[in-house]
Amino acid sequence: MKKSIKSWKFIPCLVLLLALSLIVGGCGTNSQTDAAGKEAYKIGAVIDISGNSSSLGVPERDTLKMMEEQLNAKGGINGHPVELEILDNKSTEQEAVTAVKGLIDKGVLAVIGCSSSGPSMAMIPTVQNAKIPMISLAAASSIVEPVSERQWVFKTPQSDIVMVNKIIGYLQSNNLQKVAFMSMNNSYGDGGKKTFAVAAKESNITIVAEEKFAADDKDMTPQLTRVKASGSQAVIVWAIPPSASILTKNFKDMGLTIPLIHSHGVGNQNFIDLAQGAADGVILPIGKLAVADQISADDPQKKVLDNYITDYTKKYNSAPNSFGGYAVDAFNLLVNAIEKAGADRTAIRDQLEKTQGYTGISGIFNMSAQDHNGLKPDSAVMVRIENGKWKLIK
Amino acid sequence: MKKTTIFGIIILLFILIVSLVVKSNYLFSILIIIGLYAIIVQGLGILMGYAGQVSFGHAAFYGLGAYTAAILTTRYHWPTIAALLAAIILPGTIAALIGRQTLKLRELYLALATLGFGILVFIAFNEGREFTGGPSGISSIPFLNIGSFAFDSDRKFFVLVWAVLALLLLGINNLVHSRTGRALRAIRESEYAAENAGIDSASLKLQAFIFSALLAGLAGGLYAFYITFISPAAFSYHASIEFVLMAVVGGLGTFWGPLLGAAVIVALSEILREVVPLLIPGAGGEYQIIIYGIILILLMVYKPEGLSSLGAVFDRSPKRAEQNTNKQ
Amino acid sequence: MGEQLLQLLFSGLTVGSIYSLMGLSIVSLFNITGILNLAQGEFVVIGALIAVSLCSIGMPMIVVFPVSILLAALLGGLIERLTINRARGASNLNMLIITIGISISLRGLALLIWGTDTYSLPAFTKGGPLFLGGAALNPQSIWIFALAVVNFAGMYLFFEHTYWGKAVKASVNNRTGARLQGINPHTISLLAFVTAGGLGAAAGVSIGPITMVTYDMGFMLGVKGFVAAAIGGLSNVSGAVIGGLFLGILEAFSSGLISSSLKDAISIIILILVLLFRPEGIIGAKRERKI
Repeated sequence: MKKSIKSWKFIPCLVLLLALSLIVGGCGTNSQTDAAGKEAYKIGAVIDISGNSSSLGVPERDTLKMMEEQLNAKGGINGHPVELEILDNKSTEQEAVTAVKGLIDKGVLAVIGCSSSGPSMAMIPTVQNAKIPMISLAAASSIVEPVSERQWVFKTPQSDIVMVNKIIGYLQSNNLQKVAFMSMNNSYGDGGKKTFAVAAKESNITIVAEEKFAADDKDMTPQLTRVKASGSQAVIVWAIPPSASILTKNFKDMGLTIPLIHSHGVGNQNFIDLAQGAADGVILPIGKLAVADQISADDPQKKVLDNYITDYTKKYNSAPNSFGGYAVDAFNLLVNAIEKAGADRTAIRDQLEKTQGYTGISGIFNMSAQDHNGLKPDSAVMVRIENGKWKLIK
Repeated sequence: MKKTTIFGIIILLFILIVSLVVKSNYLFSILIIIGLYAIIVQGLGILMGYAGQVSFGHAAFYGLGAYTAAILTTRYHWPTIAALLAAIILPGTIAALIGRQTLKLRELYLALATLGFGILVFIAFNEGREFTGGPSGISSIPFLNIGSFAFDSDRKFFVLVWAVLALLLLGINNLVHSRTGRALRAIRESEYAAENAGIDSASLKLQAFIFSALLAGLAGGLYAFYITFISPAAFSYHASIEFVLMAVVGGLGTFWGPLLGAAVIVALSEILREVVPLLIPGAGGEYQIIIYGIILILLMVYKPEGLSSLGAVFDRSPKRAEQNTNKQ
Repeated sequence: MGEQLLQLLFSGLTVGSIYSLMGLSIVSLFNITGILNLAQGEFVVIGALIAVSLCSIGMPMIVVFPVSILLAALLGGLIERLTINRARGASNLNMLIITIGISISLRGLALLIWGTDTYSLPAFTKGGPLFLGGAALNPQSIWIFALAVVNFAGMYLFFEHTYWGKAVKASVNNRTGARLQGINPHTISLLAFVTAGGLGAAAGVSIGPITMVTYDMGFMLGVKGFVAAAIGGLSNVSGAVIGGLFLGILEAFSSGLISSSLKDAISIIILILVLLFRPEGIIGAKRERKI
């Protein structure tokens, strides 16, 4: 007993720690006011900056920072400066929940995030309860459906079904009926697999082989060997680099010649560079950002895309990718809503739901009480990689 | 016994004051997470600190608890409290089934075997298709309720978790100073001597293992009812390692160690998130990770017995670990 | 069918050589210092990332390879002096946690310097895959395999056939005895970490063209290395090589013939079975007698 009692000394230590987190958690509540004396609008973001999904989160964070600067340089929203606080959830669900609670305590008007589906899903009950509008940057359609249970939740990336329908359309027009489906064993791959299975059944496309691989697998030759033996006429892959790049190299190395169709998850230059030439011939559905230079000049998105590319490249010295694009749309949708609604969360939510004809990076958004994503199939295009460049399939 | 009463009063006062004074849901959520981890680390602390066995697979029991609670309530519509009970019992049963064989292994081998067990369970969560929801997980888990009283706010949940934790602290304090506790410590000091003194070390180690699994399951069940969404990602071997870190950082074989370890690791990560950007403008998660790692190293180099080292009886010499093995 | 099996074998050997390399570094450090180094995967990543940077400033591969090894070896030594050496006499568990701390810090450092991008490294030799019996084999696989063989031969000769190797092994079991023989265990520990850093970088640069490099892939490589080492016997260099190749081939065949989603489960089950039922075969005889 004596020994335990001695460690009482650590009670003050514990109390101190808790007090420190209280102070830290509490600071930042004193909001800034700009020269004109108008109170700042506070927006929060919970992004997967480190951890598994950091390759998504980092461009999103960079984009959000840039957007905040640009907006405040232009004088903010109706003269109110915008204060954007970006927190890292380390790609975990639990930290996403604590982070969003911290933001809500600080009185944010709305939350952007998270980058991946799991943490986004984990935040939903909290924002629903607290009645805070949230715009997710993750793809899974279950984030915004059913809308009756997700009144406060919106998302900017195209749902899987948009991309799947593009692929199905391509398969049908090329008369490919037997396909193999390969997916990464995480929620991204899983979501793609489920959506594709349903859509394929409706369009009489048979899945003759279904293979999975882990995000950190280093060689997909065994899975491709099975695919090769299955007699499929095309392979569809739902994954992101580096595993998607390794798979593409293995595919070329094995001398497979059937069409290789990837998902939008490989929609950045990094994928092409990594595959070192093996990416040529790969076909995929993608947002228009990657082929901004090839879409026609009268495309309504053309100007928006060009501006984002110019700004981002100037600031960060590298080309933006679709993940950053999701952040642009989330930020702008929110700014537009706050502009009309002011500092009222319910009004902001209502305005978000009423969004019509917002021309963004991922497409033209038309939200409604039934659709909290608002993107139509025309928000994606099919491209083929030729000589290391994206080439629009007309 | 009188001192135990004082512990009890202090903890009750803490719960009472915090639940009345604190308004921030953020702070509650951090305290809840600390509480949940402390429950797991309590069990792990018994296993490591008293029975001298390392486990790198406790996230599996944590996950089993969470999935049991989630599946029983969302699929089979069990009452939440019954599901929570099942979430405690199932991991305990599994621990009982695998324990006897596994605990024969020596420390590094035991560490690897438990790590392997953790990975297997993680794969099962991923491959469980409709049953576990696969990698996408299970959502719309209800809040925990007893009758018509639902633990639907952070404040209520905080009181629940910390009350459970307080009971455990007191219970374990009694256990440690009971005959069983002395026997466990005897095993850690020298298994051979303990056996000669008539202690059934295998059975005691197994009991410690089962107990730690029950607690991890309990924490898992509570986690599922708190976050109301679970996916496999939260229960990977990274979490198992984190639990061991908490146990060691807090100090093995001490009263406050588990709570302190959980509090320090969770609070550290929160504090770094807020403080680092103030010190290094524009700094992101990368600096936090580095500082976190460095603090961990410094702790282990300069305070290997853990933060609550004043009460620790943790033997530093590698000899202890070597002695602490089974007869092959 | 034959062609398919051959293809799986090639895949298994490629991945297996990577695991062998990991296992070898882990076992050699374990043999010398008694520390199970959870940061070994991070040494591999840092080595590979250094090579990425050197390549990007236009250095030829033949220079990049030794320079990255040298830099990573220096880093290994520095880390030993700053951490392991200061924690003399810590328990095995504490040492394990220190290596976890090292691994976390190195990952953070890699994230800070190189960011989250995935990088690739050029293959040692140009040209497409070789076709043997209808199955494709990446030439880089042969390089990795060769590196594993050279590492193994070097270590085997050192530990079993040189005075110093035997002395080093002896110093693990009996520090005082080693001191009496004029061997300073702290110097040996330093050299062991220098070697671990160097070996890690060598592995990183040679596997990079196949696996690509991300700042966070080290931990997974480390875990696979442990499984390989444990299957083969933790303190046994030939065991680590065999364990690694076995693990790679097992993974390839189980995902090629049974199911890709159960691949990892099958190798973990094998690991647990080996741990439970072949303990004598797994544990080096010397460490067992230490009571």
